[in-house]
Amino acid sequence: MKKLFFVLLAYALTYDSMSQEKYFTKNGTIRIDATTNASLETIRGINRSVSAVLVTQTGKLLFIVLMKGFEFQKALMQEHFNENYVESDKYPKADFKGQVQNIDEIDFKKNGSYPVNVKGQLTMHGRTNPIEATGSIQVRDGKLLVNSTFSIALKDYNITIPGLVADKVSKTVGIIVECFLDPFKK
Amino acid sequence: MTKHLVALLLLVNLSNGAFAQDNTDLSSILNSPRQGKEYVKNAFKSTRVINGHSMEFLAPGTMDFRILHRFGQLDNGVKNFFGLDEASMRMGFDFGLKRNLMVGIGRSTFKKEFDGYIKYAPISQSTGSGSSPVTIAFIAGMTANTIDWPDSSKYGEFNARLAYYYQAIIGRKFSNRLTLQLSPTIVHTNLTPLSIPTDQFALGIGGRFKFSKRMAFTLDYSYRLNGRSSERYDPLSIGVDIETGGHVFQLHFSNATGMNERAYLTETTGSWGKGEIRFGFNLSRVFQLKGEKD
Repeated sequence: MKKLFFVLLAYALTYDSMSQEKYFTKNGTIRIDATTNASLETIRGINRSVSAVLVTQTGKLLFIVLMKGFEFQKALMQEHFNENYVESDKYPKADFKGQVQNIDEIDFKKNGSYPVNVKGQLTMHGRTNPIEATGSIQVRDGKLLVNSTFSIALKDYNITIPGLVADKVSKTVGIIVECFLDPFKK
Repeated sequence: MTKHLVALLLLVNLSNGAFAQDNTDLSSILNSPRQGKEYVKNAFKSTRVINGHSMEFLAPGTMDFRILHRFGQLDNGVKNFFGLDEASMRMGFDFGLKRNLMVGIGRSTFKKEFDGYIKYAPISQSTGSGSSPVTIAFIAGMTANTIDWPDSSKYGEFNARLAYYYQAIIGRKFSNRLTLQLSPTIVHTNLTPLSIPTDQFALGIGGRFKFSKRMAFTLDYSYRLNGRSSERYDPLSIGVDIETGGHVFQLHFSNATGMNERAYLTETTGSWGKGEIRFGFNLSRVFQLKGEKD
């Protein structure tokens, strides 16, 4: 009977750690910046409804971004972004499936900031490309703040800039990720 | 002992299940299908099909500066450079107030006429729950000409210079390429020559077919329901919309010179059948007035 108790205890403990192993958000932030020196206006968009999941044991990382969620300073810019560049009716979502390479170095029980390397695949506008980025994961009282900045080339994603505005829109777009992840409970 | 074994097996089984779940797509955690209503946008590139209003609205806080030109008849030939020697124009300012509310003013060289309107859509085409398959919009407008009267003592009253128009638009964006709309219209002109009805009824048909990301064919036709015996014709315009960054160019051929509802519905004297066609263009430039945020 004692043994059974231990087994149940062990089971309970395992179950607990299972439920703690994922962190997620549905309102993370991603900013994009396509401004160049020749731009007449700043071309920046912000999406405040980014979904993300991190599995702490494996380091698996997933982001899902609804393209229509990007807001721009100018209504026309937003329209062109959706209509002409990313074609968000045709390709409503972008996603990133990746892996935190050094997940073992993070102590999720201890507050602190940990630099991370992430490798993965970014799918957008119907194209998938490998991405490697650096960033940080900050552990703050059981929550995670995930930060990263990297850039992508638009031509890799089959997004063309018409000749007339070729020098006004950057060919590489800066992507700034800032997501607060909460522990995932079923 | 068997009990322990069972428990142990159960435990292993459960943890296996939990691990197996890790390997399934993480997106299942995030997937919450968005049932929310989403309004259909960009049914037309511009708030006008060519001459007539379209089902499209300006974004709130933006102003659309529009310059419209209608040249002379093509059949004037090379002596008149196929009509390009003469031009009639309208300058307009349209303002987006709400997602489904806009106003505009303009002035045409033809009859030195001012016009203004208010356009509101109680129903907007949308997807998701509680959606509508069509946009229904209403427009009320007014025109006032400021030309000199031949006899000021007789016709000098301001009322005589005014006309009003009321229009409903029922439109649907069928696909990313195709949009069609119907627009029943009434134009009431306070003072008209006997040949033109005081109340002109018409049924407008507008459409666009997008053939590339930034270009579309457009068609704008109005069938006049009364006053057909007069020396006037149904306005028919066929054109191409070209979007270049901040501008939309609407190039077209039309038998109409008028650039407001009164003028093109009651005073189109050219006939496609007789080759009385004109080249024209609308240039639209949208400015952000309000709502800029960092």
